[in-house]
Amino acid sequence: MQKSLNIDPDKCTGCLQCELACSYDNENAFNPAKSRIKVFSFHEKGRFVPYTCTQCDEAWCMHACPVDAISLDKATGAKIVSDTLCVGCKVCTIACPFGTVNYNADTGKVIKCDLCEGEPECAKACPTDAITYVDANWTGLDKMRAWAEKTDAGQATA
Amino acid sequence: MAWARKILRVNLTDGTCNSEPLNMDWANNYLGQRGLATKYFVEEVDPKVDPLDAKNKLIMATGPLTGTSASTAGRYSVITKGALTGAIACSNSGGFFGNEMKNAGYDMIIFEGKSKNPVYLFIDNDDAKLIDASDMWGTSVWDTEDAIKQKHQDPQIRVASIGVSGEKGVKYACVVNDYHRAAGRSGVGTVMGSKNLKAVAIRGTKGVGVKDPKRFFEAAAAGKAVLAGNAVTGEGLPAFGTQVLMNVINETGALPTRNHRDIQFEGAHAISAEAMAEPRESDGKPNLVRNAACFGCTIACGRISTIDRTHYTVAERPQYQIASGGLEYEAAWALGAATGVDDLDALTFANFICNEQGYDPISFGATVGAAMELYETGVITDKETGGIELKFGSAKALTDIAELTGKGEGFGAEIGLGSKLLCEKYGHPELSMSVKGQEFPAYDSRGIQGMGLTYATSNRGACHLRSYTVASEVLGIPEKTDPLVSEGKAGLVKAFQDATAVFDSAGICVFTSFAWSLEDVAPQIDAACEGDWSVDKLLEVGERIWNLERNFNNAAGFTAADDKLPDRLLKDAAKTGPAKGLTNQLDKMLPEYYQLRGWTTDGIPTNETLSRLGL
Repeated sequence: MQKSLNIDPDKCTGCLQCELACSYDNENAFNPAKSRIKVFSFHEKGRFVPYTCTQCDEAWCMHACPVDAISLDKATGAKIVSDTLCVGCKVCTIACPFGTVNYNADTGKVIKCDLCEGEPECAKACPTDAITYVDANWTGLDKMRAWAEKTDAGQATA
Repeated sequence: MAWARKILRVNLTDGTCNSEPLNMDWANNYLGQRGLATKYFVEEVDPKVDPLDAKNKLIMATGPLTGTSASTAGRYSVITKGALTGAIACSNSGGFFGNEMKNAGYDMIIFEGKSKNPVYLFIDNDDAKLIDASDMWGTSVWDTEDAIKQKHQDPQIRVASIGVSGEKGVKYACVVNDYHRAAGRSGVGTVMGSKNLKAVAIRGTKGVGVKDPKRFFEAAAAGKAVLAGNAVTGEGLPAFGTQVLMNVINETGALPTRNHRDIQFEGAHAISAEAMAEPRESDGKPNLVRNAACFGCTIACGRISTIDRTHYTVAERPQYQIASGGLEYEAAWALGAATGVDDLDALTFANFICNEQGYDPISFGATVGAAMELYETGVITDKETGGIELKFGSAKALTDIAELTGKGEGFGAEIGLGSKLLCEKYGHPELSMSVKGQEFPAYDSRGIQGMGLTYATSNRGACHLRSYTVASEVLGIPEKTDPLVSEGKAGLVKAFQDATAVFDSAGICVFTSFAWSLEDVAPQIDAACEGDWSVDKLLEVGERIWNLERNFNNAAGFTAADDKLPDRLLKDAAKTGPAKGLTNQLDKMLPEYYQLRGWTTDGIPTNETLSRLGL
C-alpha cells in the first residue's frame, strides 16, 4: 500500500519539531535551514503551514532532470535524488511548480523529501498530528469524515 | 556538538566583531545560557557600574540544548546589569531567535562599549558585522524586524530588537524577537538602547549536533512523552495557555488587585482564558485565534489573539486589526487586575503596544496601578497626567497611557520610570509594589506564602520565574503544600531556585518543570553534552549559579535589607478570600532560608559555602 504525507495546518503550532527531525535524518545535525519540510508562519493571520514535496505521479522534477538523477521509489512512490548523478543544474527547482525541490549550496546538489524510505521522520516527530502518513488511496478520508459529521443534519440538531 | 564552542565579541565603541573560543572549564561548571553568561559577565564587569554606562556589558546567550530537538529547547537569555534594578539581570525568551544564533555557530554574543550612531548587528554564519541603523531609530519592533528582512531580502532572518521605549530609556524596556517573544524583565532592552544597538539579526545554517545521538533521541522522546501525559503541560497549557491561571489564582485568593489593595478581582473572569475563547457579539469570533509554539516546543502555550474590530482602540486603525501574540497570564493580570480594568480588548491592545514598542507589560501594568492609587488619593492630578483620568478600572486611561509610554512621551515618560522611582518622586515610596525596584508579577504573597520569600530573595528583583512555588502551593507539583502556611517554604524556595537555574541554563523553558524533574532533564543534557551530567551535578551547578548571582549583587551594594517586601504585604492583612486576615510571614522564612543557603545572618555566602561551590 502506498502512503502519502497528509498535512493539517489547523493542528500545526509552528514548533518545528518536523524540521528538526528531517534535518537530523538527512544532515546528521539539527538544522531547520536544511530541512526538506518547511513550516511557514503567517504572523498577522496566526497561521502555521507545513509544506513539502507532494511526490507527484508525473513528477515535473523527474521529467525535467537532464541527467536522470531523480528516480521513482516504486515501494513508496517517492521521487529520489541521487547525489552521485545530480550535477546541481537546478532545472528541477525551476520545473517544480510548488518549490519543494531546493538547491543546497554547501553540497552543490538539490535536496527534496524522499519519504525516509517509507517512515517519514517529520510525521513521527509531530506532537499534534498535523503531519500524518496515511493511505495514499484515501488521503482525504479523515477530512471527509469530519465534514460528513459537520454537515449531517441529525448531528447538527442533536 | 551541543555547545558551539564559540563566542562572538562585539565592541560597539570600536565597531569590531571578533570570535573567540568558549571557555569549556566554565561551561563544565555553569552549563550554559544564564549560568555561563553570568560567569562571563561577573568576570568582566565592575559590579558598581551604572547600568546605562558604556562599561556595562550585555550578553545574549544560548544553552547547550538550544537548537536541539529536546522539547522547548529554543531559548536564549539576555544577561546584563538591569536598568530597572541595578542588580544582575537575566531575561530569557522563546520564539526562534535562540535557535538561529546557535545555528550560526555561537553560544554567546558579548556586546561591550557604546556605538556613536544607531547600529544593528547582522550575522550570516561566520560573517558578522555592524550596520548603520539610523533609518530604523525611532521605529517599532515590528517595523524594525520587517525592515531588516526586506533590506537583506531574506524572510528567514531572525531578529531581536528594541522598540522606541528602549531608545527613550523606559526603565523596563525588553528585547523582543519574532514580533512578540520578549526577554522582558529588568530593563535589558533599556541597556541595549543605551548602547545605540537597535537590533541583532541572524541567519544561521550550520546545524547543531549532540554527543550521543541515539541516547539523546531516546531521552528527548521520553521527555516529550512525559510532557504530553501531564495534566498541566499536556492539557491545561495547550488548551488555555498560561491564562488558565486567571480564575484559579483568583479563587485561591492571591490575585493582586488595584496595586495590591485587594487579592481578589471581581473582573477576573472577563479577562480570563475562558473569556478569550468566548465568541464576541460583533462578529461571533473569539479573541483567541489559536495556540502557538516557540521553537521545538511540544507544549505550545502561546496565544495568538485578535482585537474586536469595532473596539474603540482599533476601529479606526487597521494596523492593529491583526492576529498577534498574547494575552499571557502575567500580562493579563498586570494590565487588568493590577489596574482594575476588565475590558479584554483594551488589555489585548495594550499588550500589542507593549510588544510593538518593546516594554514589559508586568512592570508597566503594575506601575500604572501604583499611579492610579496616587491619582485617586490626589497626589497626582490631571495637571501631571496631561488630562488623563487615571482612575482604577479605566480602560481608556490604560490604553492612552500605554501608547504614551511606548513613545516615552507625556505622562508615559513618568510611567516609564517604573513604580519605585515614580512613587519616590511623588513622596510615597511605600506604594511601589516591588523588590529591588522590580514590580511583582501576578501572585499575592499573602495568599501564597512561598512567593513572598521567592520575591524577596530573587536575584533579579521580584519575579515568578526564579522559584515558582505556585507549582507546589497551588497546583500540587511535585507535591502539594499549603499556600497559607510559611513553615517549610524556605527549603522549598531554595530547591526551586537551584533547579530553575539549571532549566534556564540548559536552554529549555521553565514550564517543562511542571512535568519534568531534574531526573528527566539530566539524561537529555548528559546525552547531548560532553562531560558527565548527573542530577547531583546539576543541583550543584544550580546552587553555584545562584550564589554567583548573589555575590555580584552583594558587590553591587545590595544587602539583606533589600531582601524585603513592601509593608502592605507584611502589615495590611488580606481582606477577602482564603487568606483573609493574613500577612506574608517573611520574617519567619528568611532566617531559615539564609541558614539553608549557607549564608550569614546578613545574607552573605560564608567562605565555607563559597569554597564548597568552587566560587
